[in-house]
Amino acid sequence: MLNYDLVVVGGGPAGMAAALKAKECGVEKIIILERAETLGGILEQCIHTGFGLHYFGEELSGPEYAAKFIAQVAETDIDVKTDTMVLDISDENLVTAVNKADGLLKIQAKAIVLAMGCRERPRGALEIAGTRASGIMTAGTAQKYVNIDGYMPGKKVVILGSGDIGLIMARRMTLEGAEVKVVCELMPYSGGLTRNIVQCLNDFNIPLRLSTTVVETHGKDRLEGVTIAQVDEHLRPIESTKEYIECDTLMLSVGLIPENELTKNVGIGIDRITNGAVVDEMRMTDHPGVFACGNVLHVHDLVDYVTLESQIAGEGAAEYILGKGSSEKVYVNTTTGNGVRYLVPQRVNIKNENDVKLYFRVGRIFKNAKVVLECDGEIISSKKKVKLAPGEMENVVIPAATLAKMTKDSTIVVRVEE
Amino acid sequence: MKRELTCVACPLGCSITVEYEGTEVFSVTGNTCKRGDAYARTEVVNPTRSLTSSVKVNGGVHPVVPVKSSCAVPKTMLFDCMKEINSVSVDAPVKLGQVIIKNILGTGADIVATNND
Repeated sequence: MLNYDLVVVGGGPAGMAAALKAKECGVEKIIILERAETLGGILEQCIHTGFGLHYFGEELSGPEYAAKFIAQVAETDIDVKTDTMVLDISDENLVTAVNKADGLLKIQAKAIVLAMGCRERPRGALEIAGTRASGIMTAGTAQKYVNIDGYMPGKKVVILGSGDIGLIMARRMTLEGAEVKVVCELMPYSGGLTRNIVQCLNDFNIPLRLSTTVVETHGKDRLEGVTIAQVDEHLRPIESTKEYIECDTLMLSVGLIPENELTKNVGIGIDRITNGAVVDEMRMTDHPGVFACGNVLHVHDLVDYVTLESQIAGEGAAEYILGKGSSEKVYVNTTTGNGVRYLVPQRVNIKNENDVKLYFRVGRIFKNAKVVLECDGEIISSKKKVKLAPGEMENVVIPAATLAKMTKDSTIVVRVEE
Repeated sequence: MKRELTCVACPLGCSITVEYEGTEVFSVTGNTCKRGDAYARTEVVNPTRSLTSSVKVNGGVHPVVPVKSSCAVPKTMLFDCMKEINSVSVDAPVKLGQVIIKNILGTGADIVATNND
């Protein structure tokens, strides 16, 4: 059995930032366990730019953003095992993993950071009638085919879902010579960033059809076409609007699911909205010494925010391991008010002496609205926003002075006022 | 003329209003940074975009290496640049930052590798 102070599960942007921060805070023995053959996570296939503007102040592509952290990890004595799959985490923070070189590994950890990221919702999660013809894949799979493996998965493409990966792939396929016929979005608004609608769809005259879905796929061996239809206010397809579109490829960009199988096995509490662990302001779960950050905690739209969040988790893990930080913990839950779908962290230790930033997403589009933070019935802040959209994560800060006045019966509410 | 734009300079996606006539820009409002101002001014006169793609690698770990344009290229030249990018290949090892195509089609932008391979 191996012994480490900190075991980080996942070597993407979240895992690397958490490990580096913990190292900086004085943690000695750290190991990162990564399932893929290299560090970097999903950034390796995100070859478009737009990463790092907040964190580095420069516009980087995914591999460039990852490379900066990979280089930093290489400069430290943080151990890394790639091609390594974590199978289990026990109640006592004993990590079981497996790889070709070591066989079965048992690692006793003082603390663990969960940074497994997320995966795409697959076709099976949707109810689309039709055969199992080839040519139906998630947008992320198509992205790997084009950007890592170097081949085109199709020539005539329909994309279902207007999440950022779908939009980015609409542009990528178009630039490589494919015809992207339409992007269909079930909801009346896009789930992607506005800039991606502009530079990935509008730039290339690719139509975006809102309140529209794919109801049937056609073709036996290879996809030959899809039937699309508009949906009513209950998201049910309207029969009279059915339309056949010829295509050989259907890409799905219909949401991301945090990969929390390990988390659930430990018995860690899961937020039913984020599908990630319930955490405090240092990103510690309800299992002592186990932290979570990045897309495994809640799906982010910007990697810069993943990095910042993971540094908090790394610092939290360091405090836990080194016995620093506030020893007294009094938790107050954060509550979602009007228009707010979820809040992370879900609970705050009011004995914590720092400002606490709450991240949230709204449930629908708001225009000229206010984001209000209310603690114990008193309005702490009220911030005007020209636009709030479900696709764009927002945040609000609880000042340390406000936390200092709270008791265990206090309330923290974030809501949108129109 | 007045045009409403969504800034693509960063993921914030600010809504910008530009007032201009021909190639003369009178005012830019709604942007929250200098990059937004610059974006709006070019967008109404000569729109440009940064371009990312991949280039074939001979004898590398992966069949392709990702690349980007070192600065934005005219929007109307994106497909011509893609043709150029798809016509070249590079021998491994490739280093991040390595110039693959110098001054592509006279745009002033280099095509550089964005990963090692």
